[in-house]
Amino acid sequence: MENEYILEMRNITKEFPGVKALDNVNFKVRKGEIHCLVGENGAGKSTLMKVLSGVWKYGTYTGDIVYEGEVQKFHSIADSEAKGIAIIYQELALFPELPIYENIYFGHEIMSAGQVNWNETIVKAKEMLQKVRLNVDPSMPVKRLNTGNQQLVEIAKALSKNCKLIIFDEPTSSLNEDDSKNLLDIMRELKEQGITCIMISHKLREVTAIADTITVLRDGSTICSLDAKTDDISESNIIRNMVGRSIDDVYPKREKHDFGEVMFEIKNLTVEDPKTGREILKNVSLNVRKGEIVGLQGLMGAGRTECALTVFGNPYGYKIKSGEVIMNGKSKMFKSPKEAIKSGLAYVSEDRKGNGLVLIQDIRYNTTLANLKAIASGLSIDSNKEIVIANKYKDEINIKAPSIEQKVNNLSGGNQQKVQIAKWLFTQPKVLILDEPTRGIDVGAKLEIYTLMNKMVEEGMCIIMISSELPEVLGMSDRLYVMSEGQITGELDASEATEEKVMKMAINSD
Amino acid sequence: METKKKSFGSEVAELLKNNVKSYMMYFALVIIMLVFQIWSGGKFFKASNITNLFNQAAYVGVLAIGMTLILILKHIDLSVGYVAGFTGALAAILMQRDGVNEWLAILIVLVVGLVIGLYQGLTVTRLGVPAFVVTLAGMFIFRGLLSRTLAESGTVVVSQKGFLALCNGFIPDIPNKLGIHMVTMIVGVLGVIIVILSQIKNRKNKQKYQFEVVSTPIFVIGMILVSAVILAICWVLATYRGIPWSAVIVGVILLIYTFMLSKTKLGRYIYGIGGNDQAAELSGVNVKQVTLFAFCSMSVLAAVAGILYTSRLSSATPTAGNGFELDAIASSYIGGTAVSGGVGKVTNAIIGTFVIMALTNGMNLMMVDISYQYIVKGLIFIIAVAFDVRTRNK
Repeated sequence: MENEYILEMRNITKEFPGVKALDNVNFKVRKGEIHCLVGENGAGKSTLMKVLSGVWKYGTYTGDIVYEGEVQKFHSIADSEAKGIAIIYQELALFPELPIYENIYFGHEIMSAGQVNWNETIVKAKEMLQKVRLNVDPSMPVKRLNTGNQQLVEIAKALSKNCKLIIFDEPTSSLNEDDSKNLLDIMRELKEQGITCIMISHKLREVTAIADTITVLRDGSTICSLDAKTDDISESNIIRNMVGRSIDDVYPKREKHDFGEVMFEIKNLTVEDPKTGREILKNVSLNVRKGEIVGLQGLMGAGRTECALTVFGNPYGYKIKSGEVIMNGKSKMFKSPKEAIKSGLAYVSEDRKGNGLVLIQDIRYNTTLANLKAIASGLSIDSNKEIVIANKYKDEINIKAPSIEQKVNNLSGGNQQKVQIAKWLFTQPKVLILDEPTRGIDVGAKLEIYTLMNKMVEEGMCIIMISSELPEVLGMSDRLYVMSEGQITGELDASEATEEKVMKMAINSD
Repeated sequence: METKKKSFGSEVAELLKNNVKSYMMYFALVIIMLVFQIWSGGKFFKASNITNLFNQAAYVGVLAIGMTLILILKHIDLSVGYVAGFTGALAAILMQRDGVNEWLAILIVLVVGLVIGLYQGLTVTRLGVPAFVVTLAGMFIFRGLLSRTLAESGTVVVSQKGFLALCNGFIPDIPNKLGIHMVTMIVGVLGVIIVILSQIKNRKNKQKYQFEVVSTPIFVIGMILVSAVILAICWVLATYRGIPWSAVIVGVILLIYTFMLSKTKLGRYIYGIGGNDQAAELSGVNVKQVTLFAFCSMSVLAAVAGILYTSRLSSATPTAGNGFELDAIASSYIGGTAVSGGVGKVTNAIIGTFVIMALTNGMNLMMVDISYQYIVKGLIFIIAVAFDVRTRNK
């Protein structure tokens, strides 16, 4: 008898240093269905799919992947592809300069007599394009297609490999309305052809419209699997399952006190990314008062980091279409991070390795980098003064390292984050933007950072905390804003905020 | 206390293990020199040859200093050879044909270098053209300008005394009956005292902050070694005609750049950009401005090298500067500048220059054909960089 399930992932556990990303996850997919996987950022969806596709190879996780009735031991993406599993990522993996047909058959070229048979390739590519209803010349370079059509090329590529299971990782996140609708139609057609689809998505409206089954993950565990025919798949029920967690007492309380005047304000900021021509911020307004921690919640890609970077001197050259920034009572759009720092704004990056720290340098170097003038006497840097300062911050913030001459590269995530914070505290900021301050660090270090944040606001600073983690935002903020698709979709006082309310705003569902 | 105490032997072994990369360079230099010394039957370490080596190393060393900054920033400058050739020729023409005073000519040429640096630096930072392309184009352009400058006259012989002294002359001496160059020995002794005092101060400072320092015997042995090398070099030079002006010029430039890289904001920013340009930018560093500075400094130093080379040959020739960029880049890499950027020291680049120039000098001494010279230099270069890459990945 044929098995009803094409895929069963049994008791999958995957650990990273200090974090259990997946904890005994069970995930079953029926043959020929559209199965949606939902959950907050960090719930483990992407990790689960990486385990399935062989990115995290056999042996780095525990548990079994049973696919088409057999236990699979994938060691690479090539292994899973050979079995007919394809994954289509948010960031497309196409070669923009190459023609469509070459992209479709890249890596499994059609050969005859030891040569690539381009004519045959073009004919076959056309067939594949028809299957995804894309009527374009296959010899066109991929870069001339819009994002939606590029995604269709990716699907055509998966079809050309005779894939039986296609995983879509947030396929509609960068698509407009029409392209999204088209993509969902294509998925339905694939289903009719007997191809199984797994879709990871934050857009619950799409999920409820298309899914046969919905599995909810939370904190690395399977919470429930809902059948579209028999179970309640209303958005509110899904959200309840996505959040539904009690806030533990991990958030240190601070003395309640009155807030001072507004220290920093963004008014009607609208910004376009010149690379894509997309508006990444739409009419964003927010403010923060002296002594206040303001949370900025939202899902990945909501535009929070872009918002922070735009006001912090706009180093990536976004196009500011309108809006203003008011700091120290003056309206000022900073032209470089240097100007922003001078005025007392600081930004702790979400990507400490990418653009936060100089990893090959030591703690001392990184601590003082943003404020060297404070330790310069005349032309030269006073290294004695520097050592004193670096040691002071190391002790105060409790950076665990043998000495300040330790290369930042060799520190744990939590300690790297503390070095970042030390660097910005040394610039004596009035307004501190913390972007995902506790991402990828262990519980102990998290608590230390929360305590530090409380101390900072008590001393009169104000903090904007960008975070995807709901409990963190709710536990730490005095007030919070929620962002979705470049817009502020809500502002809540800490006393009235609940996880469900915030998640509704973040998903922008009504 | 007990746990901290290490035996002398194990400490030496550990030091060697941990610093194999930085010691390797000195080790290679000593080996190369000894090989040539033996092979040539003692000609290599003759005072006249060592003086020669200093003068030859001068122009490449100046280029290697500038190149180190460029390479730390993950850029490259291929144009330096012809920029040196062109500016050297320009200096000669200005003095010989136009009768410009030699010091004014030098000043003009340095300004020309600055302008070249501005052009290349702005093209890299403002137009976003990769440095490889900009300076490759520069190779064409300045090669053309070099030929143009000397098109009417051919090789120009330079006769200005002050100008010629730059890469042929020696520092003055006080008369004495010992038959050696007294000032050179005095400089040597002063140098040793300064080095020892600064090292002691440095060590005390480190101890004050409880950083790890080497044990006292090792420290003393190290100091003795360094002092011996300085005194030996000075002695050799003193038995000939003393310290050459070229060494003084390179020494001053080296001091300025060492100070700049290790002690100033600008130096910090250069390492920061090389290590992570985005983090540097977000820390308030003006990445474009710092990069522009590095290109300007490079081209001005190329002009200095051009002046030294013209002085050395007492003439400007249409082939001047040919291949200097290769020697300069190789020197800097042999001196431990990281291929991935962010790491490098100008003092080590000078050691790298001595490795390259000792090879050139020694092989010339042995009349090795130029074809083999290139092959040997290339092999040493690739071995040095491969070694660096392997040890850095650990």
